[in-house]
Parts: sequence; structure tokens; C-alpha cells
Amino acid sequence: MPEAPARHVPSLPSADWMSPLPPATRLAFQGGLAARAAAARVFPLPDAQAVCQARCDGDRAGLWLGPDECLLLAPATTGAAALLEALRSAIGTAAHSLVDVSHRQVGLEIRGPQAERILNGACPLDLSLEQFPVGRCTRTVLAKAEIVLWRTQAQHFRVEIWRSFAAYAAALLQEIARDYVV
Amino acid sequence: MLLIPCPHCGERPEIEFTYGGEAHLVRPADPSTLDDAAWADYLYMRTNTKGVHAERWRHARGCGRFFNALRDTTTDRFLATYRIGEPRPAIAAGGAR
Repeated sequence: MPEAPARHVPSLPSADWMSPLPPATRLAFQGGLAARAAAARVFPLPDAQAVCQARCDGDRAGLWLGPDECLLLAPATTGAAALLEALRSAIGTAAHSLVDVSHRQVGLEIRGPQAERILNGACPLDLSLEQFPVGRCTRTVLAKAEIVLWRTQAQHFRVEIWRSFAAYAAALLQEIARDYVV
Repeated sequence: MLLIPCPHCGERPEIEFTYGGEAHLVRPADPSTLDDAAWADYLYMRTNTKGVHAERWRHARGCGRFFNALRDTTTDRFLATYRIGEPRPAIAAGGAR
């Protein structure tokens, strides 16, 4: 097999309130209730009814994206091949789709007392703690880019964004942040 | 911004959604038996309702699911949204919301 071409990682700016996250293993999972229950035995996955909830176990997390769809996040040290193998053998013959999308997107952490306001400069959701509590995650939009937004702590958000949009999103957030952070 | 109640995710901003055309159109079981007029009627002819209109929407930048909605085309108000497969709720113009 020819050697895979080097992965292009966009260089993203850092600030007190923003930093690019290290590479991670990401899997896109789609499947019905049977496949979901089976996969949940080997990886933390939210129930189908747990709308827009993330379920964590240590450094692994399953994010509810739809009634039949989840984004699985794990550190890069957990190889995608090993994780795929474990999930596939757990799921067996139940109909499902499991795709390695580790290199499709990059993670950005937005944090600090102004994090909500900075994100709200380009994201139309109500991000107050009452409406978007810790542990909530959803696919949404950040200006013209599609993102997955996950509130990991009261003042910490994780933004998962396709990597060709990442430089645009980071630059836009920096521009917005000029109103809020010195 | 218009808020659309997704039956899976709740009220979400309009820009997360895409429009999917008129709802409850049933594809003829055996198109080869239709004449051109009947087939064209299925493909192209829509009711163009003034008032309560049943239509499909997709929460494309959200849960990704299609659902059906009743919208009053004169006021742009969403009267009801319901999941695919559920029957159309009986709501007249000026109803809920």
C-alpha cells in the first residue's frame, strides 16, 4: 500500500481564551437502537433519547448528534483501527455505519468568562447555562461553517470543525473577541 | 430570527434548516403504468397553498433529520411540526401559536 500523504494540519492561532486541541481519534457512528446499545458496551454513548447530550468516560466521549447518529471522540493514542475493531466486534451484525473521521476535523477550545459571548458572535443558539448546560452538545453553525459545539465545563466549549474551515473560524472568532477581550 | 421547533431537538434557529418541499406526496406504486400527464402531475404539480401548508423540512445543521411542518404561508408562522410517518395534525389557520 502506498504511504499515506502527510496530513495537512492548519496552523491555528492561540489566545488566552482559545487554543487548538491536539489531534484526536474521531468516529462517526450511525445506527439504530440495537447497534447503539451494543456499541455502548465498549464506548460511552448517550442514549437515543438523551437529546443533545454528551456522555464521557475518562478521556473518551460520545456526542449525541441525532436520534441515530453519534460522534465518538478519543485521544489520538487510542488508534482508530483498534477502536473500530472493538466497536465492530461488539456491534456484530446489527445494521450500522462506522467511519473514521479523525482527520476530517480539528478541535478548538474556547474558554473563559467571555466564551459564550464570543461564540454567540457567530452562533445563533442561546448559550446561557440555563439553555445550554454543561454536557450539552449539538451540531450547529458558526457563521458560514458547520460545527459541533460541546460545553465541557461552565466556561469551556469544545468546537469541532472541518479542518478546511478551521482557519476561517478561528480568524472570525478572533475578530469577534476584539469586542470582549483586551 | 425565525425559530423552528424541530421534533427531535426543540426550537432552533432557522438557518440550521433546509426546506424540503410539499409533504405527503406519495410516489405512484408503478410509474410505468401512468400516462405522461399523470406522471408530470406527480413530479411537478404542487398545491401552492395560501394558508396552512404541510411541508418537509430538514434539520440539516442539527440532528440531520427530515420532519414535516404545518406553516401558514400568509403569516410564515409554524403551527405544528411532527416526525416523518406521523399523521398530519388537524389544525386550521390561526390555530396554535
